[in-house]
Amino acid sequence: MSEKKMAIIATKGTLDWAYPPLILASTAAALGYQVQIFWTFYGLQVLKKDLDLQVTSLGNPGMPMPMPMPVLLQALPGMQSMMTGMMKKKLKEKGVASIEELRELCQEAEVKMVACQMTVDLFEFDKSAFIDGVEFGGAATFFDFAGEADICLYI
Amino acid sequence: MADFDQELDATGLNCPLPILRAKKSLATLSSGQVLRVIATDPGSVKDFEAFAKQTGNELLETKDEGGKYTFLIKKS
Repeated sequence: MSEKKMAIIATKGTLDWAYPPLILASTAAALGYQVQIFWTFYGLQVLKKDLDLQVTSLGNPGMPMPMPMPVLLQALPGMQSMMTGMMKKKLKEKGVASIEELRELCQEAEVKMVACQMTVDLFEFDKSAFIDGVEFGGAATFFDFAGEADICLYI
Repeated sequence: MADFDQELDATGLNCPLPILRAKKSLATLSSGQVLRVIATDPGSVKDFEAFAKQTGNELLETKDEGGKYTFLIKKS
């Protein structure tokens, strides 16, 4: 039986947007898919050993807030860490896995993590800051796998 | 009335954890053995149907006991 394949390009580096690629990858792996995630630009933040993912309502009017808040107030110092703290608390209360946990589950399930070499160079990231098992490659590396994938997502 | 071989308590866990934990538990069973999963995530009802359909493990029973869902899954 040939395994189904899923390829994901993950471009976002915020706490909320770190979820979709990891949820889909871990679930697909559980369903028997072979999965590869190509992390590029801000997505690379999700591969850091020490995660410091944040969330903000700035520029995101769709984010549910406990109370209505003018945009200028949302921009005040400390607001982002407050919102991040509130989001983490909510995720925990609702039994949603942490990013660390989902990432670990992905790695256990042999989801292949490829970091965009160009982005690493662009932002002068230290490769030792990334979790073990990350491979580094470019667009051609992505197509090598994605060209044969049954599902291909850009997140 | 033990009509299952192993039990997994996924109470309080949200998508996709019940499925991922179930997958892990099933890996420890042998073919024909039955896993009982208890979950509170309403999304897990449809998800376990889809999981069974795609993995070939048979969903023998789904029970909704008012917000508490139990599933019997037979390993293929």
